[in-house]
Amino acid sequence: MKTITVRYFAMFREQAGIDEETLSLDATTAADVFEHTKGRHGSSEPAGHCKVAINDEMADWTTPVEDGDTVLLFPPVAGG
Amino acid sequence: MIRMTTDPIDPDALRRELFDPAAGGYCAFEGWVRNENEGHEVLRLEYEGYQPVAVAEGEKILAEAAEKFPNLHAHCVHRTGMLEIGDCAVWVGVASAHRDEAFKACRYIIDELKHRLPIWKKEHYTNGDSGWVNCERCAEHAHGS
Repeated sequence: MKTITVRYFAMFREQAGIDEETLSLDATTAADVFEHTKGRHGSSEPAGHCKVAINDEMADWTTPVEDGDTVLLFPPVAGG
Repeated sequence: MIRMTTDPIDPDALRRELFDPAAGGYCAFEGWVRNENEGHEVLRLEYEGYQPVAVAEGEKILAEAAEKFPNLHAHCVHRTGMLEIGDCAVWVGVASAHRDEAFKACRYIIDELKHRLPIWKKEHYTNGDSGWVNCERCAEHAHGS
């Protein structure tokens, strides 16, 4: 098990009702974290529409997560 | 340089910062808040961004543009917070030796910014509903009522 802090943004934060939480997860990649928290952020958006960062660095869904990491879950972006 | 700000964007001041005697062309893009989206009357837009990652990713985009189009000076400012109709939400300015690369670099930068920066906008509609743009589930929630 790994201790992972998950941060939620925009729609994910509103759906989760919290900014962040620390979870004990059996997760190998960023995609595992996204899947595990789907129920929390209440999203039916596929991962391919969303983005992820780990410890403030943009990452891919296949990027491994380590114990103590902070995973930032970004819903579909809409800048400009 | 890329910056995020909650203050109004002043394109004239930003343009002056880009002035370079070696530049023969300047091209800028301003993204404005408009009053309609997909048939819904929009009252205002609320922008949220995650600055540490948005700035880092924005700097990468500017570096990519500089590599594709040499001798370029490029700046970008993105606003966050509550914006009214007509407000400037994003500004991209490019100065370069010739107009062709100024146009192309400006287009490259705004297109990449829109797709890559962790910035979100929530539309507030005249009927009191609201919805996150590009978020199907939220759009259904807001528009389905």
